[in-house]
Amino acid sequence: MRLKVFIAVLFVAGVLIGVNACHSSSEKSVASEDIPDTISYNFNIRPILSDKCFKCHGPDANKRQANLRLDIPESAYAALKDDPKTHALVPGDLGASELYRRVTSTDSEEMMPTPKSGLKRLTPYEVALVKKWIRQGAKYEKHWAFVPPKSPAIPAVEDKAWPKNTIDYFVLHKQEQKGFTPNPEADKERLLKRLSFDLNGLPPDIATMDKFLADKRPDAYERMVDELMARPQYGEKMALHWLDIARFADSHGYQDDNYRTQWPWRDWVIHAYNENLPYKDFITWQLAGDLIPNHTEEQLLATGFNRNHKITEEGGVIDEEYRVSYVTDRTNTFGKALLGISLECAHCHDHKFDPFSQKEYYQVFSFFNSVKEAGLQSTVGGPETYAKRPMMQISNADVKNILKFVNKQDTGRLIVSVMGDSEVYRKTYILKRGNYDTHGDEVFPGTPKAILPFNPNYPKNRLGLAEWLFDDKNPLTARAYVNQIWEEFFGRGIVKTLGDFGMQGDLPSNPELLDWLAVDFKTHGWNIKRLVKEIVMSATYRQSAVVAPDKYKNDPDNVLLARGPRKRLPAEFIRDMVLASSGLLNKTIGGPSVNPYQPPGLWESTTSGRGQLASYRQVHGPNLYRRGMYTLIKRTSPPVEMAIFDASNRDQCEVMRLRTNTPLQALEMMNDPTMLESARVLSAKLLQEKNQPKDKIYEAFRRIICRKPSGQEMTILNSYYADQLKSMNEKNAEKLLNVGEYPIPAGMDKITLAAMMKVIDTIYNLEEAITKT
Amino acid sequence: MEKEFLEHRLGINRRKFLSSLSLGIGSVALGSLLIPDLFSGLGGDNAADFIPGLPNFAPKAKRIIYLFQDGAPSQLESFDYKPKLREMMGQELPASVRGNQILTGMTANQKSYPLAGSFYDFKQYGKNGAWVSDLFPHIGSIADDICIIKTIYTEAINHDPALTFFQTGAQQGNRPSMGSWVSYGLGSENKNLPAFTVLLSKGKGNGQGVYSKLWSNGFLDSIHQGVLFSSSENPVLYLNDPDGLDRQERRKMLDKLAELNDISAKEFHDPEITTKVQQYEMAYRMQTAVPDIMDVSKEPDDIVKLYGPDCLVPGTYAANCLLARKLSENGVRFVQLYHQGWDQHTNLPKEMAGQAMDVDQASAALVTDLKQRGLLDETLVIWGGEFGRTNYSQGKLLKDNYGRDHHPRCFSIWMAGGGITPGIVYGETDDFGYNIVRNPVHVHDFHATILNQLGIDHTKLTFKSLGRRYRLTDVAGNVVRDIIS
Repeated sequence: MRLKVFIAVLFVAGVLIGVNACHSSSEKSVASEDIPDTISYNFNIRPILSDKCFKCHGPDANKRQANLRLDIPESAYAALKDDPKTHALVPGDLGASELYRRVTSTDSEEMMPTPKSGLKRLTPYEVALVKKWIRQGAKYEKHWAFVPPKSPAIPAVEDKAWPKNTIDYFVLHKQEQKGFTPNPEADKERLLKRLSFDLNGLPPDIATMDKFLADKRPDAYERMVDELMARPQYGEKMALHWLDIARFADSHGYQDDNYRTQWPWRDWVIHAYNENLPYKDFITWQLAGDLIPNHTEEQLLATGFNRNHKITEEGGVIDEEYRVSYVTDRTNTFGKALLGISLECAHCHDHKFDPFSQKEYYQVFSFFNSVKEAGLQSTVGGPETYAKRPMMQISNADVKNILKFVNKQDTGRLIVSVMGDSEVYRKTYILKRGNYDTHGDEVFPGTPKAILPFNPNYPKNRLGLAEWLFDDKNPLTARAYVNQIWEEFFGRGIVKTLGDFGMQGDLPSNPELLDWLAVDFKTHGWNIKRLVKEIVMSATYRQSAVVAPDKYKNDPDNVLLARGPRKRLPAEFIRDMVLASSGLLNKTIGGPSVNPYQPPGLWESTTSGRGQLASYRQVHGPNLYRRGMYTLIKRTSPPVEMAIFDASNRDQCEVMRLRTNTPLQALEMMNDPTMLESARVLSAKLLQEKNQPKDKIYEAFRRIICRKPSGQEMTILNSYYADQLKSMNEKNAEKLLNVGEYPIPAGMDKITLAAMMKVIDTIYNLEEAITKT
Repeated sequence: MEKEFLEHRLGINRRKFLSSLSLGIGSVALGSLLIPDLFSGLGGDNAADFIPGLPNFAPKAKRIIYLFQDGAPSQLESFDYKPKLREMMGQELPASVRGNQILTGMTANQKSYPLAGSFYDFKQYGKNGAWVSDLFPHIGSIADDICIIKTIYTEAINHDPALTFFQTGAQQGNRPSMGSWVSYGLGSENKNLPAFTVLLSKGKGNGQGVYSKLWSNGFLDSIHQGVLFSSSENPVLYLNDPDGLDRQERRKMLDKLAELNDISAKEFHDPEITTKVQQYEMAYRMQTAVPDIMDVSKEPDDIVKLYGPDCLVPGTYAANCLLARKLSENGVRFVQLYHQGWDQHTNLPKEMAGQAMDVDQASAALVTDLKQRGLLDETLVIWGGEFGRTNYSQGKLLKDNYGRDHHPRCFSIWMAGGGITPGIVYGETDDFGYNIVRNPVHVHDFHATILNQLGIDHTKLTFKSLGRRYRLTDVAGNVVRDIIS
């Protein structure tokens, strides 16, 4: 494990060095510690300084030691304040550069970083890089992410037959530099499974599989892409990631954790993706729909985005403390989700690594600070507390006319928290150390200069902030979003740290590709469906996911994309796969969230006893079989079925989920009633068809794994079925079948039913079943 | 009825205990079931694998059991004896004592702040003469084994942020829990159980609930998440196979599964496939190992007597204390208990008596039990809530009834074992039990001290996330050297 990680780290470093190194050393060993010919500040030096020096010699004025900052050349080249004859860096002169002397010193009084700082010393490789950089003139560069992307030239490639679209040139170019060749295209069945989960979050049904396999036209693949993108499930699939970003949930999140009705906002997100609302509008409406002149009800509903955060209902709280925490949440979400940077650090002090001052943090904060809201509006109670002010009411007439996409299921009052500023602008102050009650200087709406100064012609409100975000000169907005979408399809962002493009974040593995995608996205009207189609049409995406051992050894994380993505499905889609393949899935879109099966006692053992969600009330009938994204999320006790598979707890904005592989997941797959019931239901369904057992097993395999089984696989499963028929007795069969509420058809032989159920359950537990292959 | 039930159980227990002795079932036998790497992450062969160089120095404690008293028990009816409050019963809290303390919304608008003395008397216990109220005689009786800290203080005055602060070192949430940090730092000691487990119980007093974010892994790998154990039929989520499926059949199914998975492993060479197969095997072994550990029916009479009859009633605090010992002695690094119901804004005398009844005997029993097994030296036991309670009455003060609001400035916790000096009382509060006079211990100091006992320098246990190195102790914390032996 250690070793693997170590090699991976070296490898990433190697790739990054390659970016600017220009040496065409193919077949270079991954662990190569070759020093590039030209040292790049951004790619080689800054990561070292940021990690090991900026803590005390960086942007944070309060923590700065010896008045020296190394993040800007003027200070690094200048004479040291304490010792005017000495300079931290003298371009080209190693001997005169105090920095070099200190990082190589073995004297504990002199060495840097100091032993006290808790920071690790530079490795010999890092020292060598610094040495060469100083010799080459110690040139600084502006942080890559803060330079607006320009569409790079499309690189030349040797294998001209492989690329299917522009993406492929960038990818192949990198591979060829490293001596890699891409994998062949995946077979049609696996490609369809990948596509179906990536575009609909569901497995393809047998009819779709047959149709695609039979379609021999040259554009069969593209036709399938178009078909899947036109289905309403496309919106559901795309929405899931946005729900994590927007920390969407069905409860208020603190203590008593009562129910809230924010779900019409979720229905809007699905709708917006299906309508292919341009990203610019998608975001502008969410940020400032209420401020758009003559805004529509839909635009107002979109602003629910900034009211999805947790809201307290705890009686004793200090109002202002919580009101400030909501504004903070919006500010942080804005940074992480829309800009791909963590502003958070500047909440309490000047950012230690990125060039954002605390003042700038509160300038952004001020955009979100005039909402007509209270820290504590009401304590836990009935339906009138399900949305906090400002709010909108959605009437039945609205749903019939303008908000048709809201799945309102009764005539009851439906309220949603939305944005709305008070008439009076609320003054904003720097909050010292982030404390709500320690005001510093007053600040006014503005944005971090290092990213892009706020244009004085923009309105000084959230609408102006949206304009700033989509200003052609904004370096981050497009990059951040295309990178998130890339991660959705490939399981790894071009910048691995989706929420941090700052100095401490990872560098892009393919900066030219990232910039090309960003510029392409911008210049084509922020068209999301177009971006998605571009990605799935690429040869890069269509590669087989086979991990050739040498490729794994040299590129374990698939940074070079010389193979297709092979990733475990997100929690919600595992549930969807199981329900869809068994035929149980209820395809209703939107509406109030539901409570399917859950192990007993989880809510009851954690609740204060107050509120609508104190005890778990499971639904019955078709609502038991809704898609995973509609399972009710009570923040203090989120659905375990999802949590075990790394779903977000929706506590705060989450741009990327972890993907773990644990024994608890195995237990859930084996024993969760949803899995067992689905196996039982599919078993009954197949047994009612007039064909041989092997045909039934064959069909079950196709439905679940989304491909035809091999002869070897069929032999194993057939023999298991025969064995089960023999070893199963009536009593055990009856017990096994007694799971879930879906009725068992009358007159079925219990032993046969249970034996087939176990075969199907085994197929559900295959690694491939829950993996995008 | 209850007595009968207990005697019946004791009878069963005695027989079972004797038969188990001959079979040698216990932690030793369990050790042979242990499979490397369960819960220790996706690879690696020992705990130190997680962070090179850890522990930073020789640890005193190997494991922690944290008996969290959720809702904040009053220090003034437990360990901080303030006769002056009785003398001044009903008199106004002097403004000079209150200073600039912000009050919660529940009493901020109260017209008067009448001082309320403890309804319960105090006695001195142990060689050191530690004062303990009559509500906690069992804890009093182990005064020589514990260190009472009367001067812990926090920054939060509401439950959610205060609990979150205690458990994660930050009020906001989404940071790793203490247990997750310890799991991340030291890994699992015994590889067939998670390094961090959580047990919940509820008293009858006013409760405030717990939140799963308290045992969340935050930005750490979810392998470090607290795993909720319960003394119910299904001790770990989805642990039990369905009825009608015996072990042999499960084995058969897993063999087929492995055979089939192996086909795709050969085709794809994706190491995740092999890992998946291993995780199923570990799950299978857990299905045997966990119920064994959770089974308290084999505990002998004297143990049942020690913890009290409730220890045989699943889901009670006493049962959880007993389970905590079993989990801990089987190598679980961090056992986190929460007992809910300590939020006595009103009806304090009655409610607190009920809460104390739930926890007094079992808490003391746990310490005694660990000590008699020779495990107390290497196990750190912590008892306490998220803040203290006001010295004035919330609402009307009657002779036999009053309530207390939240108070962050000082409150009492105790620790035992794990290299903490036994038999001492640390810190001094003023006569009003409102302010700290000597030796304050901030929550960050508390965390720093706990990590220190595990051999970890709290400034070195870091994780980089979103561009920042995080610590349990944020940017503060000093080890309280005075209480370390």
